[in-house]
Amino acid sequence: MRNTLSILVADEPGELSRIVGLFSSRGYNIETISVGKTLEDGWSRCTIVTEGDAAIVEQILKQCERLARVREAKAVTSQPHIEREMALIDVNALTPDDRAEIKNLVDIFRAKIVDITHDRMIVEASGNKEKVDRFIGLLESFGMNEVVRTGYVAINTLMADKGSALQQTA
Amino acid sequence: MRDVATVVETVETAELSDTSANKPMRGAEVLVRSLIRNGVDTIFGLPGGAVLHIYDELWRFRDEITHYLVRHEQGAVHAAEGYARATGKVGAAVVTSGPGATNAVTGIATAYMDSIPLVVITGQVPLPVIGTDAFQEVDTFGITLPIVKHNYLVRDVRDLAAIVDEAFRIAASGKPGPVVIDLPKDITAHICDGPRRCHYDAASAAAPACTDTQTVDIIADRLINAERPVFYVGGGIVTSGAAYALIELAEKLAAPVTPTLMGLGGFPTAHKLSLGMLGMHGTYAANMAVSESDLLVAVGVRFDDRVTGKLATFAPQAEIIHIDIDPSNIGKVKQPHISLVSDAKPALEALLAAIAERGDGPLAAGKAARLDWWKKLSGWRNSVPLVCETSETEIKPQQVIEELHRATNGDAVIVTDVGQHQMWAAQFYPFKRTRQWITSGGLGTMGFGLPAALGAQLALPEQTVVAVVGDGGFQMTNQELITAIQYNIPLKVLIMNNGYLGMVRQWQEMFYDRAYSEVDLSISPDFVKLAEAYGAQGLRATTPAELTSALRQGLEHKGVTVWDIVVTKEENVFPIIPAGQDTRNMILK
Ligand SMILES: Cc1ncc(C[n+]2csc(CCOP(=O)(O)OP(=O)(O)O)c2C)c(N)n1
Ligand SMILES: [Mg+2]
Repeated sequence: MRNTLSILVADEPGELSRIVGLFSSRGYNIETISVGKTLEDGWSRCTIVTEGDAAIVEQILKQCERLARVREAKAVTSQPHIEREMALIDVNALTPDDRAEIKNLVDIFRAKIVDITHDRMIVEASGNKEKVDRFIGLLESFGMNEVVRTGYVAINTLMADKGSALQQTA
Repeated sequence: MRDVATVVETVETAELSDTSANKPMRGAEVLVRSLIRNGVDTIFGLPGGAVLHIYDELWRFRDEITHYLVRHEQGAVHAAEGYARATGKVGAAVVTSGPGATNAVTGIATAYMDSIPLVVITGQVPLPVIGTDAFQEVDTFGITLPIVKHNYLVRDVRDLAAIVDEAFRIAASGKPGPVVIDLPKDITAHICDGPRRCHYDAASAAAPACTDTQTVDIIADRLINAERPVFYVGGGIVTSGAAYALIELAEKLAAPVTPTLMGLGGFPTAHKLSLGMLGMHGTYAANMAVSESDLLVAVGVRFDDRVTGKLATFAPQAEIIHIDIDPSNIGKVKQPHISLVSDAKPALEALLAAIAERGDGPLAAGKAARLDWWKKLSGWRNSVPLVCETSETEIKPQQVIEELHRATNGDAVIVTDVGQHQMWAAQFYPFKRTRQWITSGGLGTMGFGLPAALGAQLALPEQTVVAVVGDGGFQMTNQELITAIQYNIPLKVLIMNNGYLGMVRQWQEMFYDRAYSEVDLSISPDFVKLAEAYGAQGLRATTPAELTSALRQGLEHKGVTVWDIVVTKEENVFPIIPAGQDTRNMILK
């Protein structure tokens, strides 16, 4: 099962390697990882996508929570959530036809052309895993030179939050 | 970027600041004052370039902190561990950068595996040269990352006081563990004019109370009604100081108790409810009890593979209750049916209260229901007791431990190394109290015994502390004998000399067709002469009669004693459950 974990960790040197080390030393694989600042000074949110059944995920989360500089570790995927990834795709566009067809796909997927030469384009696409995967799949036939992906970020939906708030008061 | 050479130079020539507590002072003084503030009066270490400022301050504060100069940094950390294991206090050690830090790694990992509270200060090259492969630079933060409860690379002298305070809190709180503070040399020279900030502190100092009354009630009912209960208890009992609560609870219920290797002393071995140790070299009764139990109450344990053997067939009929302070321990190896996250002592006390609430009637009914269980348990006990091999002509290793027990009135603190002698000591020295047994259980570190005993003896000057070591492990850290001599630490070291890396030889005998590959230690130094060269008393025994007199003579001696006890060469530890196998495959002899 694919799980997205969200970990709130102090923005200090070495803290990220502590989390990553926890995964590697126990043989848990990291599919994607992304880190960014939060609203609160000194704290970063680290989003990690990993494979594993419920017991493994629970174990990972408990191990993370044991770290002195981790304030919160949760599985976003256990509740309704929104997940996004961005990809930059360097794709061949050798003929006017190809260019037009790529432009077409870009429109359908609400992607963006961010750079162009006479025979290549760089396309920016974002969305959930399925959408980005499918978009890249459709571009394959043109010949791709490089794909760069950010890894996922995820957040629980407002409904999910409300649900948990209600549960707490109940 | 600043010029590296000038930075290094200013570090080398940093001046002493004035000393009163409120005045600006250099980092090294902040460190030493912080250690003192956190209750450190004993520290083990060995100096070097990166920690010169620290040693300069340790010299000035020598009336408040006694520094013990070891001869190898592994010894410093093991000694600090021995000190911590004997007292429950946080042990402290200081080593230099590079090789000093890497030498300390084995000790840090040993403490980590057994959840021992330590604060280890490692010197580091100056901040501006970190990452340049400077002289004696290693990435201590990175190397120790997976074997610490927490670690720091100090980047600003104004953080130092807060870091040390937090390090001690983290080391001692919850499930204890080692904390490493990597301290660049320039920081120890920088003048600190006040704290920059207080660190976010995730670890609360107080042990969590047992608040889950619902679960406590469920467990209490199970305990009262169980027909075949067993308490499986570990190091958590020792750490938590839960031994008395455990005794009371077991007695109330008339339920049997089996400790792990780390739990020895957590329940008196001679108590009528004790089944002895369980696991690979545990007693027949303890292992049988677990495999036929209907309620396994695991307290302060982690279902180590040396205990469970084949996990799938461990306690197959039992409902498993797991009580542990560390949420991540629960379900890590074996999923319990009921779990309670709590420090052991408050949990057991809450169970006692819950049982008392239910009155004597149910308790008596439960006890009656367990009479059959006790018949079975006694049967197992009597059919396969631990046998102490004896001989008139040669010294049997089991006999050594029994004699030692007699000669010390059962009161000595026993510190062991790792190997066969360790298992015999565990099996044949009945422990009366917690912290009477000190061993490297999780990492199984040869070389642990002697330096750890040194630390324990320092912490417990009034008590007899005996390091029981093998002829192999002794040779890994015997240099610390001179530390004992230098500081008049009246350590007793008993070498169980079987001329082999015995435990490995046993496995080769039993599982590798007796191919004794690289385990022969028959070429060894004369341990008596070696002891004498260090200035210690050296005594040898080769017959049972000599054993008795040598033990007496050594225990009467006021200083350091080394016994070279020449024992049967090819004796095996029994029972043994081959690694990863079902309890029922236990080999009895
Ligand atoms: C540092 C280290 N190296 C290797 C081992 C593997 N090992 C476990 S027991 C043992 C033999 C120990 O021999 P000795 O100290 O003579 O004790 P004995 O088993 O003979 O009592 C060895 C080599 C270990 N536990 N630790
Ligand atoms: Mg040996």
